[in-house]
Amino acid sequence: MAKYIFYPGCSLTRNARAYLDSLVAINDRLGIQLDEIDDWNCCGATEYMAIHTIGAWALIGRNLAIAEQQANGSRTVMAPCSACYLNLAKTDSYMQKDAKLNEQVNAALAAGNLHYSAGSLEIRHLLDVIVNDVGLDAVKAEVVRPLSGLRIAPYYGCMIARPDPEHRWDDVEHPMALDRLLEALGAQVIDFPMKTHCCGGHMTQINTPVAYDLIRRLVHTASEYRADVIAVLCPMCQLNLDAYQPDMNRFFNTNYQIPILYFTQLMGLAFGLEPEQLGFGTEFVDARPALRRIDIEVAVAETPAGDAAPKRVKKVKEGLPMPRMPEDEETS
Amino acid sequence: MDHTPRQIFAMIRADMRDAVLKSNTPWHCVSCYYCTVRCPQEVHITDVMYTLKSMAIREKRYDETIAPDFSQSFIGYIESYGRSFEFGLATRHHLRHRLLQTPAAVPLGFGMLTKGRMDLTPQRIEHIEQLQAILSRALELEVS
Repeated sequence: MAKYIFYPGCSLTRNARAYLDSLVAINDRLGIQLDEIDDWNCCGATEYMAIHTIGAWALIGRNLAIAEQQANGSRTVMAPCSACYLNLAKTDSYMQKDAKLNEQVNAALAAGNLHYSAGSLEIRHLLDVIVNDVGLDAVKAEVVRPLSGLRIAPYYGCMIARPDPEHRWDDVEHPMALDRLLEALGAQVIDFPMKTHCCGGHMTQINTPVAYDLIRRLVHTASEYRADVIAVLCPMCQLNLDAYQPDMNRFFNTNYQIPILYFTQLMGLAFGLEPEQLGFGTEFVDARPALRRIDIEVAVAETPAGDAAPKRVKKVKEGLPMPRMPEDEETS
Repeated sequence: MDHTPRQIFAMIRADMRDAVLKSNTPWHCVSCYYCTVRCPQEVHITDVMYTLKSMAIREKRYDETIAPDFSQSFIGYIESYGRSFEFGLATRHHLRHRLLQTPAAVPLGFGMLTKGRMDLTPQRIEHIEQLQAILSRALELEVS
């Protein structure tokens, strides 16, 4: 069992419960032991930095300082949320490079009797740990129900591969780690050109037409490539593409129905676990039709959300330019 | 968006401080970091946008209200509880800025609650006083 200091982040305790449940369901099979940071606090997402810069670094610094005290046999902090991962990694990296910032953050932490030695921890995303520590061969060895025939669009979003302060990824715009992992599960992975485009981030709360447009571009492209499922690795991406997909459909008068699943849920299915253990049923866009294609039945009670939305047809709004798709896309 | 990022940078160089801080452009940044990795001069553009936002907040120079308010509500919950609180944030934000759109948001909120994806009450970290002490100290350092 390899031990990791675990930073779950706020989303995993609530809206991304399916991500946490599926991770907990597979971690034994991967030989990963999760040691949660004691009394961790929010990473500030993309909001704290917009108000107080030093406060934002100090907020993240508290988590790093506690993790450093807790480091026992492991100095790797693993975060499954891309925003949390980036905030932790960026703080550690900037504190190492900027002596003044390092001093200010530690001066703030001193008010809580804490200290963080920049560079003492290694900050990594869950996907990085699975692909590079566990390894694809070990993953393949666990596959008992290959996802053969399931067409998956691998979607990374922004903050996992960019700005990549510690150069952990193969490419900042077109990474391949998730593609390779999903291939190891036996799935048919499409070469998704929008794999690191923005999901809309907090725009769903600030400027909905912009958010809907960004969401549409992703699901539209995935559907052009006839994806059954979009696989994600970040709670913000999942929330925007899943929970706001019905709203986006109403806004543009479209009818996309692409389920948005965490890659850990797909790993669990391939490992032969039951969908109920993996948080299926909490998604807004029903994943059952896609799963039936690979002969997996999910016994989940019908939930009214999404379908029960008020019928309100809006005129089609002109959106941002849509990416052009190759006419003769490879067929399976 | 009032100005393109290129215009904002030209305005900074031209010392148009007021106009830069009043522009809503930084508030439209979603932190996708495409510009940062593509800039041939390796300017950390996303970080510059964050800095412009915090300067505008500090000097109360922004005309844009929704985005700064959203950020402030978000961090308010962190400062009180140590964790983000989606239900509080969503309701507060809708009531303040999107009252007319609130009925349309009800199915989404209802779905979040029935699917167990949102709690009605916030989670508070154990040592919230410690976090608050750290954040107050950070604020002192920021204004000094």
